[in-house]
Amino acid sequence: MRLAIRESLLAFRRAPLLGLLSITTIAFSLFAFGLFGLVAVNLQAALRDVEDRVEIRVFLADGTSEDAVATLLGDASAFPEVAQAGFVSPDSGLARARQELPEFKDVLDVAVLPASIEVRLKDGFRDPAQVKEVASRLESYPAVDEVRYGEEWVEKLYKIRTIAAVAGSGLGLVFALVAIIIIGSTIRMAVLARAREIEIMRLVGATNWFVRSPYLIDGLVKGLLGGAVALLLTWIASNIISRNLVTTTFFEPWQVGAGLAAGALIGFCGSAVSVGRHLKQVWREEG
Amino acid sequence: MAGIVRLTKVTKEYPRSGVALRNVSCEVDKGEFVFLTGPSGSGKSTLLKLLSFVERPTDGEVKISGYSSVTIKSRDIPMLRRRLGIVFQDFRLLPDRTIEANVAFALEVTGVPTANIGPRVARLLTQVGLASKATSLPHELSGGELQRVAIARALANDPFVLLADEPTGNLDERATRGVFQLLRDINASGTAVIMATHDLSLIEWSGLRYIELDHGSLVYDGTDASRFTADGRRR
Repeated sequence: MRLAIRESLLAFRRAPLLGLLSITTIAFSLFAFGLFGLVAVNLQAALRDVEDRVEIRVFLADGTSEDAVATLLGDASAFPEVAQAGFVSPDSGLARARQELPEFKDVLDVAVLPASIEVRLKDGFRDPAQVKEVASRLESYPAVDEVRYGEEWVEKLYKIRTIAAVAGSGLGLVFALVAIIIIGSTIRMAVLARAREIEIMRLVGATNWFVRSPYLIDGLVKGLLGGAVALLLTWIASNIISRNLVTTTFFEPWQVGAGLAAGALIGFCGSAVSVGRHLKQVWREEG
Repeated sequence: MAGIVRLTKVTKEYPRSGVALRNVSCEVDKGEFVFLTGPSGSGKSTLLKLLSFVERPTDGEVKISGYSSVTIKSRDIPMLRRRLGIVFQDFRLLPDRTIEANVAFALEVTGVPTANIGPRVARLLTQVGLASKATSLPHELSGGELQRVAIARALANDPFVLLADEPTGNLDERATRGVFQLLRDINASGTAVIMATHDLSLIEWSGLRYIELDHGSLVYDGTDASRFTADGRRR
């Protein structure tokens, strides 16, 4: 193992520029991934906050009988998604509105609100699809005049998060592919430059793993370094955004670990793909 | 005596260049010295490649000390090669490493503990008569000396068979005799030697067993060197 590490260091010293190029591409690939990841993580936090407050407001038709209200309340409470359903009389609804929206006090003083039922959903049943589902089920009751649940902006937030995740993954994937190709070609050059050593290693009975390991370690280390640089860049970006725009949260420790692991994986894969092919080539020509 | 190397009806065919060896059977015993001769393209190098398991036969079986070309697993090939010494006409040394580093290389890459490498290299270089050149670089040595280094490297892991592909092909008469004598000494200590050569006078002079190939077929296996004079190949 020590020899393998020594040999991989030697490879880096022989082509430092190529090595730096590999690290930089991996770093950019993961940086693209990291930036969009940051957006996704922060949106996710915002969404969780919003989801906690998701509620369905069921406005009742004028003149709905108390029996009908009781039936609706009973049914709604029995839905598996529903945590709690409560009746809000027109008066208490207005009182709450005045309290929550003091700037509209003038309007609300003379307004009339219909009676409504406030439905809160259980944790895990608060994403747009499920909210919509429950809302439409409630809408089918004759006593119901209108159902509101802030659908537009909940859906919008979800959409933005999905776009961020998809764009980040797509861009990151493209960069990762580029990184794998660049690493592959640096490994190719390293293998060809050391064709004679490799040939002799094989002849005297070095194992396949032994011949390969310096290149694999090389790729792994470059990948890890690339991942670390990407994390640093993302962290700087996150700080800049926090200072100038909105407060952002950075990745959790496990996400940082995953970033480093992804870098290592990219480096390792780039090497592994290339080294096998080129070793065979060297061996065929010289053997 | 036990045949340490055995070829049974071995045929090797390449997709592009056709048949390189045709139905070759022979056996080399433990501690034997055998020449392999024949004109260029007769299949000598192919045979050596089969013996070092760089290539596998298209048909038939190559067996070396219990390893069979039919059943060997890829991961066992390095283990077999550690017990084979291989020497080439062009020496195949690493030009940017000293003589002792070249020999040590074979030990390092096969996982010999570092502490054992130094003394072992010194002993090997003494054995081939190059102890005084340990710190020289390959370009400072003569052809004969370079081949001795290559032989020292081939001996590093105590092989039971030494395969030599035209080891004297690039050497003058004097160096040829020196290298040949070294191979004989190694052979005397129990290592079987299979040496491919064009040098019929060497075969004749040594009086040792030789296997002759022609167009991929085995045409002679014995010690009668008078054939060379009889069919006019030697003046």
